[in-house]
Amino acid sequence: MRDSTETRFAYGEALLELGEQRPEVVVLDADLYKSTRTVLFRDAFPDRFFDVGISEADMVSTAAGMAACGLIPYCNSFAMFITGICYMPIRTQIAYPSLPVKLVGSSYGLTQGPDGASHQSLEDIALMRGLPNMTIISPADDIETRQATFALADWPGPAYMRLGRYPTPPIFDADHHFEIGKAKWLRKGSEAVIAATGHMVAKALAAAEDLAHDGVEAGVINVSTIKPLDEALIKDAAARAVLFVTVEEHSIIGGLGSAVAECLAETRPAAPLLRLGVRDCFGESGLADELLEKHGLQPKGIRASVLQRLAPLS
Amino acid sequence: MTSQSQINALRRQAAEMRWRIVCMMGPNKAHHFGGSLSAADIVTALYFYKMRYDAANPKWPDRDRFVMSKGHSVPAQYAALAKLGVFPLEELATLKYLGSRLQGHPAMHYTPGIEACTGALGEGLSFANGVALAARVMERSYRVYCLLGDGELHEGQVWEAAMTSVKQCLGNLVAIIDRNRLKAMDATECGKILEPLAPRWASIGWAVKEVDGHDMAALCDALDWADGQVNQPSMIIAHTVKGKGVSFMAGQAGFHNAPITEEQYRQAVAELELALKEQAQ
Repeated sequence: MRDSTETRFAYGEALLELGEQRPEVVVLDADLYKSTRTVLFRDAFPDRFFDVGISEADMVSTAAGMAACGLIPYCNSFAMFITGICYMPIRTQIAYPSLPVKLVGSSYGLTQGPDGASHQSLEDIALMRGLPNMTIISPADDIETRQATFALADWPGPAYMRLGRYPTPPIFDADHHFEIGKAKWLRKGSEAVIAATGHMVAKALAAAEDLAHDGVEAGVINVSTIKPLDEALIKDAAARAVLFVTVEEHSIIGGLGSAVAECLAETRPAAPLLRLGVRDCFGESGLADELLEKHGLQPKGIRASVLQRLAPLS
Repeated sequence: MTSQSQINALRRQAAEMRWRIVCMMGPNKAHHFGGSLSAADIVTALYFYKMRYDAANPKWPDRDRFVMSKGHSVPAQYAALAKLGVFPLEELATLKYLGSRLQGHPAMHYTPGIEACTGALGEGLSFANGVALAARVMERSYRVYCLLGDGELHEGQVWEAAMTSVKQCLGNLVAIIDRNRLKAMDATECGKILEPLAPRWASIGWAVKEVDGHDMAALCDALDWADGQVNQPSMIIAHTVKGKGVSFMAGQAGFHNAPITEEQYRQAVAELELALKEQAQ
């Protein structure tokens, strides 16, 4: 069993390997290369690494120009900055012409921790999800992050990938096959089906284990592509579940929970939906685990929410 | 270097561009007359004098690139591309119609020859930096030209980009400011202070030259001068008149994006045809 690790570390190592294989890959950063782990690429390929300084909008527009000339740029900053500050240039210059710029948002969510609300992206998926042509990837562990990093280089359009600075346990083996647009069952069970993304996948698996002790058969789905959503798998799961649950380290507005709600609302009556996440409020300073607990996103909280919602349905 | 006959031909071309710009816009529909007309000489000097460009192959990897950062003036670029034969001249009449390849603002995935998507001001110079850096990474020798509006300089991202251009020593980048002194509502000095503009750019590290943006010989000389800047980006501040060439539009903010009447249209076309005739003599 591998140790828990942060997805940003797996990304930095994968990016370095990708740089060796693909001369057209360039990397841009905005004064956070040690945090985003592009430092490895920077040291190996200084001629293909561009730190533009603290100017995220300038960075993504520059990347658009590079992509228009045939390069494959990976742009890096904290998740909140690369989506929030850069929304307009991403929209006009990248999403609109569907240029293959890869936007990598590091240190997402509550687990950004002590820096507080200014740095805790809880709306980044919501911002990117409304953009036509945009693909959104939220890998669950190091192996999936590594595979997604490579997959994005071959993906013809723009993408946003969300990475964390929170140690998360290994979920996949090397034989895992990540595919953009495909969700995956990790644990079968149809009483409560929990669709989770990113750090919340490991939390959901732990919660499902606890629920089994409670006599509740809980399934877990890893939704590593939030857009395009694997609607077929979600609809099929929701058709057979007693309760369908989404868990995300993001606002329940605009993220995975919203995507699933939109999908299920247009289908035949499916299982009732419980959206777990941050309930329309900002984060605050604190330790990552404390913040997850406060917002009910530790296994204990997920379990309690599921049991409470399940009780009147059973 | 330019000969007098070459300059005269370029002046005729610019006069024809102005006429095409107003004709494609027509009466009774809001269009960006002012900025398209102020930019017409600059765009002419670029496409018909300076840039290495093959109209038969607008995707040629070694072509010089023109990024229209002041995207609302794209009719000037459409007129040049159509005249060069990148797409048919007749297509100009479809400007902004549903289904047209000629969108209201530049869309690289719609229109052959358009190099960037712009329209939200302030983003084009960063994009041009990326194009210039790609030449370095891919070991290509093309040059990049970027036209900025003076009002556009109110956008903060322009100044982020300006500092990146210098940091990256982008000698293959030439930016031009269409300094017509008017923005959508009023003077560019309303809301913000732009002046002293040339020293500001110079202090960042740009090689700066100021020219009369309607003096074709001066524009061509300035573009040649920029060739000589090897390790720093070049800025040409082109002093222009918004609505240049149409008497009732010249120097008026009211024609930034506005419709003109049938009568105004006839007058504008008559004035531009007269100018074209004078150039032809």
